[in-house]
Amino acid sequence: MTAYNYDANRDEADLLDSAEDIDLEVPLPLVRRFFDRGMTVLAIVLAIAAIIPLFSVLKEIIQRGLSGLSIHVFTSLPAAVGEANVISGFGNAIQGTMVMVSIASLVSIPLGILTAIFLAEFGQAGWLTRSIRFILTVLSGVPSIVVGVFAYALIVLNTIAGYRGFSALAGSVALMVIMLPIVALSTEEALKLVPVPQRLGSSALGGNRFDTTFRIVLPSALAGITTGCLLAVSRAAGETAPLIFTALFSQDWMTSIMDPVASLPVLIYNYASSPFAEQNAMAWTASLVLLVLVLVTNILSRIATRKRAGR
Amino acid sequence: MAKAFDPSLNAGLANDISLEIDLSSTEGEKVWLDKGFTILVGLSALASVAVLFWMSVVVAQQAWPAIQKYGAQFLWSMDWDIGQLLFGALPFIYGTIVTSMIALLIAVPVGIAVALMTSENLLPEWVKSPLAFTVELIAAIPSVIIGLWGIFVFTPVFEPVAMWLYQTFDWLIFFSTPPLGQSVLVAGIILAIMVLPTMAAISREVLLAIPAPLRSASMALGATRWETIFRVMLPTGASGILGAAVLALGRALGETMAVTMVIGNSLQISPSLLDPGTTIAANIALQFPEALDPLHIGALMYLALILFVLTLVVNVAAVFIVQFVSSKGIGG
Repeated sequence: MTAYNYDANRDEADLLDSAEDIDLEVPLPLVRRFFDRGMTVLAIVLAIAAIIPLFSVLKEIIQRGLSGLSIHVFTSLPAAVGEANVISGFGNAIQGTMVMVSIASLVSIPLGILTAIFLAEFGQAGWLTRSIRFILTVLSGVPSIVVGVFAYALIVLNTIAGYRGFSALAGSVALMVIMLPIVALSTEEALKLVPVPQRLGSSALGGNRFDTTFRIVLPSALAGITTGCLLAVSRAAGETAPLIFTALFSQDWMTSIMDPVASLPVLIYNYASSPFAEQNAMAWTASLVLLVLVLVTNILSRIATRKRAGR
Repeated sequence: MAKAFDPSLNAGLANDISLEIDLSSTEGEKVWLDKGFTILVGLSALASVAVLFWMSVVVAQQAWPAIQKYGAQFLWSMDWDIGQLLFGALPFIYGTIVTSMIALLIAVPVGIAVALMTSENLLPEWVKSPLAFTVELIAAIPSVIIGLWGIFVFTPVFEPVAMWLYQTFDWLIFFSTPPLGQSVLVAGIILAIMVLPTMAAISREVLLAIPAPLRSASMALGATRWETIFRVMLPTGASGILGAAVLALGRALGETMAVTMVIGNSLQISPSLLDPGTTIAANIALQFPEALDPLHIGALMYLALILFVLTLVVNVAAVFIVQFVSSKGIGG
């Protein structure tokens, strides 16, 4: 890249020859170039900073939680406070979480799917469908602690079947309210992806609304619906705020849904703020179990959605 | 043109067609089945919707004794004395707003940076998709686990930083007190981590929806990448990004567990971010399990009602902003 020296006496051929030597890449003014490079570096640094917490959380949970993991954590009850080096576990918390999430699913999944069917199949795109969808969106944004307060007022403060107080039922009701809009909205999305000609075809063959929905539309959308339900379940399994004052906690196995019951998230919360090191350690092990449960469900359902959407 | 392959567009189209044709059978043996089914799904939809109204009524009803006793003064009273049954919400409202603001201050720029990194062609595809996926995965971690990590990992790591802030900037009112570990600032940063996925994912969708010719035109005029981003991409996507920020705010206001675990729970109003504080949600979580006096429960219900209304307003605003953007179709 020799510098181009202007010479008025050169002829045209000369000019053409030397044109190859001209640096056509006109450099940007330094300010603009620095701004561009600087912003790129800044954005990359911020993006890396954004994923550090996730990896830190995963690393710490595996590091601190794995050592406490044994068969006993699934089968034993928590040891009494201050007792180190004894067999201890949180089987009752796993049981409680499973029971409450199951009861919540039993109500919210059918109700959510029926709501979605109304929105996607029967909705006359009018104000009714739009407002129902809007209200469900708002419901999904209500803080989970407010949902807990609702369940508290509804169940804990009232006498049900001769019992008044904290219960697994109250916790289930709270989780139900949290799951409902997630199931309904994601199922509606899944139903919308089923092509209309399939419905028309079913109708042309004499299928009525009921047959069309249950034999054609729902089977086609099954993968998407499952995804939505799994997401709702994984969200409910990790919820703490609505459980601490509805299901409360228990040191024992659950025997009745009208009793206070332990759950994994509440156990982690209680043991995290405990002054005893062995309870802190147990909180990490419980986090490992809960995180594996939640992340596996979540990642599986996401992969299923991606494949379905063909991305 | 390429939009014809967008499944969401097809879905919209499909929906429009189905509206015009009523597929219900009008004759035959199974008319009753169809009618019954229609009624069943209709009732289910109404029941789902009723939950929100039922919740509002129940919470308002339970808060009523406290509303009658303390009235609007509750909002700016600073007392919280369970023994004397004196209750005021100001420290909680203050803490909720301050932590949410810190969270937004961090999550908005970082979220936009992540959205740009995952939508621009700066990075190869095999870096972009996993990056977007990883950030979204943060949303799946239960908040109590983030709180546990906050107590045992983040707070100790952040302690020297807080100390440095205090020693270097103690003339600034925000850093004017010696750090004690748990603080409003730590809670704000933890909140930022939790709302980041919302911010990043929605901003990314918004940026990806901007038509390619807009950016090509800007580049063709000689603008550099970042000049294009600042003068074309971000202004075009501004309303969508605003919607993302409002949605993130809604999440930050109501987030409970992680904040409760790291904020220190002290009933003071201090301008220093290095002091411990409290939030509405944290106080509800801490005191509800032990609340026995009806007026104490009422005051907590009143707090819940305030939080409910606050998040309701913010979420409704976010829904409207996002709907406005999608109906406008971003740049045609």
